Amino acid sequence: MAERLQARLAPEEIDKLIRGLARRGYQVLGPTVRDGAIVYDEVAGAQDLPRGWTDEQEAGRYRLKPGTDGALFGCSVGPESWKKYLHPAQVKLFEADRQDGLFRILGGPAPPARPYAFLGVRACELAAIAVQDRVLLQDKYRDPVYGSRRDPAFLVAVQCTQAAATCFCASMGTGPQVRGAADLTLTEIVNAEGHWFLAEADGDRGQEVLAELDRRPATDEELRLARTAVESAAAQQVRRMDTAGIRDLLYQNFEHPRWDEVAARCLTCANCTMVCPTCFCTTVEDDSGVTGDRAERWRRWDSCFTMAFSYIHGGSVRTSSKARYRQWLTHKLASWIDQFGSSGCVGCGRCIAWCPAGIDLTEEVHAIRGAVNHGNTDA
Amino acid sequence: MNSERKKKKPRVAVFKFASCDGCQLSLLDAEDELLAVAGAVEIAYFPEASRAMLKGPYDIALVEGSITTHPDAERIQQVRRQARTLVTIGACATAGGIQALRNWKDVAEFIRVVYPSPQFISTLKLSTPIAEHVPVDFELRGCPINHYQLIELIAATLAGRKPNIPAYSVCLECKRRGNVCVPVAHGTPCLGPVTQAGCGAICPAYDRGCYGCYGPMESPNTASLTSQFRILGQSGQEISRAFRSFNAWAWQFRKASEECERT
Ligand code: SF4
Ligand code: SF4
Ligand code: SF4
Ligand code: SF4
Repeated sequence: MAERLQARLAPEEIDKLIRGLARRGYQVLGPTVRDGAIVYDEVAGAQDLPRGWTDEQEAGRYRLKPGTDGALFGCSVGPESWKKYLHPAQVKLFEADRQDGLFRILGGPAPPARPYAFLGVRACELAAIAVQDRVLLQDKYRDPVYGSRRDPAFLVAVQCTQAAATCFCASMGTGPQVRGAADLTLTEIVNAEGHWFLAEADGDRGQEVLAELDRRPATDEELRLARTAVESAAAQQVRRMDTAGIRDLLYQNFEHPRWDEVAARCLTCANCTMVCPTCFCTTVEDDSGVTGDRAERWRRWDSCFTMAFSYIHGGSVRTSSKARYRQWLTHKLASWIDQFGSSGCVGCGRCIAWCPAGIDLTEEVHAIRGAVNHGNTDA
Repeated sequence: MNSERKKKKPRVAVFKFASCDGCQLSLLDAEDELLAVAGAVEIAYFPEASRAMLKGPYDIALVEGSITTHPDAERIQQVRRQARTLVTIGACATAGGIQALRNWKDVAEFIRVVYPSPQFISTLKLSTPIAEHVPVDFELRGCPINHYQLIELIAATLAGRKPNIPAYSVCLECKRRGNVCVPVAHGTPCLGPVTQAGCGAICPAYDRGCYGCYGPMESPNTASLTSQFRILGQSGQEISRAFRSFNAWAWQFRKASEECERT
């Protein structure tokens, strides 16, 4: 691998970066404002980025508001994640028809016409992509839909210099510093002396793209400023997850009274699993048409909050909302470790902000832990 | 199987009770699939669409509308006796419909106020769903129903498989569609979390909260949603009204609407 390139860019270079990636044949996807939130969509140039916007997030609440510094990446993560592209909400797995008594498969899902370039991947999102890589690519069975989208993707990470109140990546060890492999990593600095980006690239792909931009080597002082800005995003985080012994904590507390309390609030609406960048569960539905001569097989996002999810012969196993919330939290934070060797949570806070009932998993874990400690002291 | 089908097409009948006809029209609205349906089944009774009025028994009876009169309460028994499979279509047949709002009021008074010759009006006190009168094999939700779901139900019945008609919340469809959640991002009250999917999350796609057209989802936590609506600044009366629309008489919505009515 080449030596790490660290350069200072003027903000105008971001527009060139987008156009440069498009010229190389990528479909460039990045944050943009729609319906009062940051969503991911195709960006043709810097004008599509949420310049000057910032967000305010709390449990069950999200608001965009004008920022003070004109930053391009002044918002934290919104409701969508890159899973929208890598592991789409619905995919037609195949079509088939029947002619003269013969059943023919007419082909499966095509890879995207242009490979994806993701612009503005946060540290927690890189970690989430790594979690989905582990689940969908690195087991005995490789998911071809995910693989064909993931393998050629170009990732431009952006380190956070501010955190939403729902973020807790620092305590999950996934951010705000970018640790995973991105082709290019940006840090946006807006301060009294100006607006600029630190761009870092380790690999050839990233360095080639960077070489096309107007840049100059970053000074030690600029590297220090960028590091401090990212550290301040960690220091701002008001939520944290205490992960010490979390697997056993949850395994040993299957009958904790807290599950009943959260079940009284939980709507079993599945929003938390839909917005979670690591949740991967899907269901498969066949559509056979009225004539029976043509059929389609679709794969759609599913969730452990639905009744059909645990349907086996004779009925659903998890009928109560208590059982369903417990499944989600325990899979995410405990059995995921046994299954895939890491936590299923990267601390992005989406499930907190986008839960219409404002349920906060850090609070739930805290409550379970608190009562256990209390019980132990008493004993 | 195809030739067997040609030999004996399933006989389908469509019956109407107290309703607006919107659900039956959804079938006629299914332009692309309509011919396929007409080819695959024998429409034996469908006064809205065809002059054919063939006698029962029927393989599939699609029933629209709620029961609001004595003669209709009798007629639904006859329909059930003639139908191998009875499917209710829409909020009226499944939950009593918007006309069930009268269930909280004095019908006699309405009749006095509305009709010039009230003596000719004979009606039941309550508007009730079909399932309160006869056993129902499948309930297709919605006000009106989604014609894709109706076609799916017919296709699945013909193929002898279970229809893909999920009972989970609107939120799954809403998120798959990529809508921004209106209560979280705009503070707009939304019944989506307690409402069954089926419409494709249309209203949140146009910046509105879900109105609950598809009735209660499989495990609706109306008490929790009520607390959330209060946090968004809704009064008990407003919340009660939100639960009392097309599916007001569905017991979970009915209970929720009564619990917050006076607070
Ligand atoms: S569980 Fe919640 S905080 Fe953790 S990765 Fe999923 S959405 Fe983010
Ligand atoms: S938490 Fe639920 S939806 Fe998410 S991956 Fe686990 S089982 Fe699937
Ligand atoms: S935790 Fe929140 S988002 Fe998840 S199912 Fe329950 S109410 Fe819905
Ligand atoms: S807008 Fe309504 S239906 Fe859509 S996810 Fe939010 S609560 Fe659910």
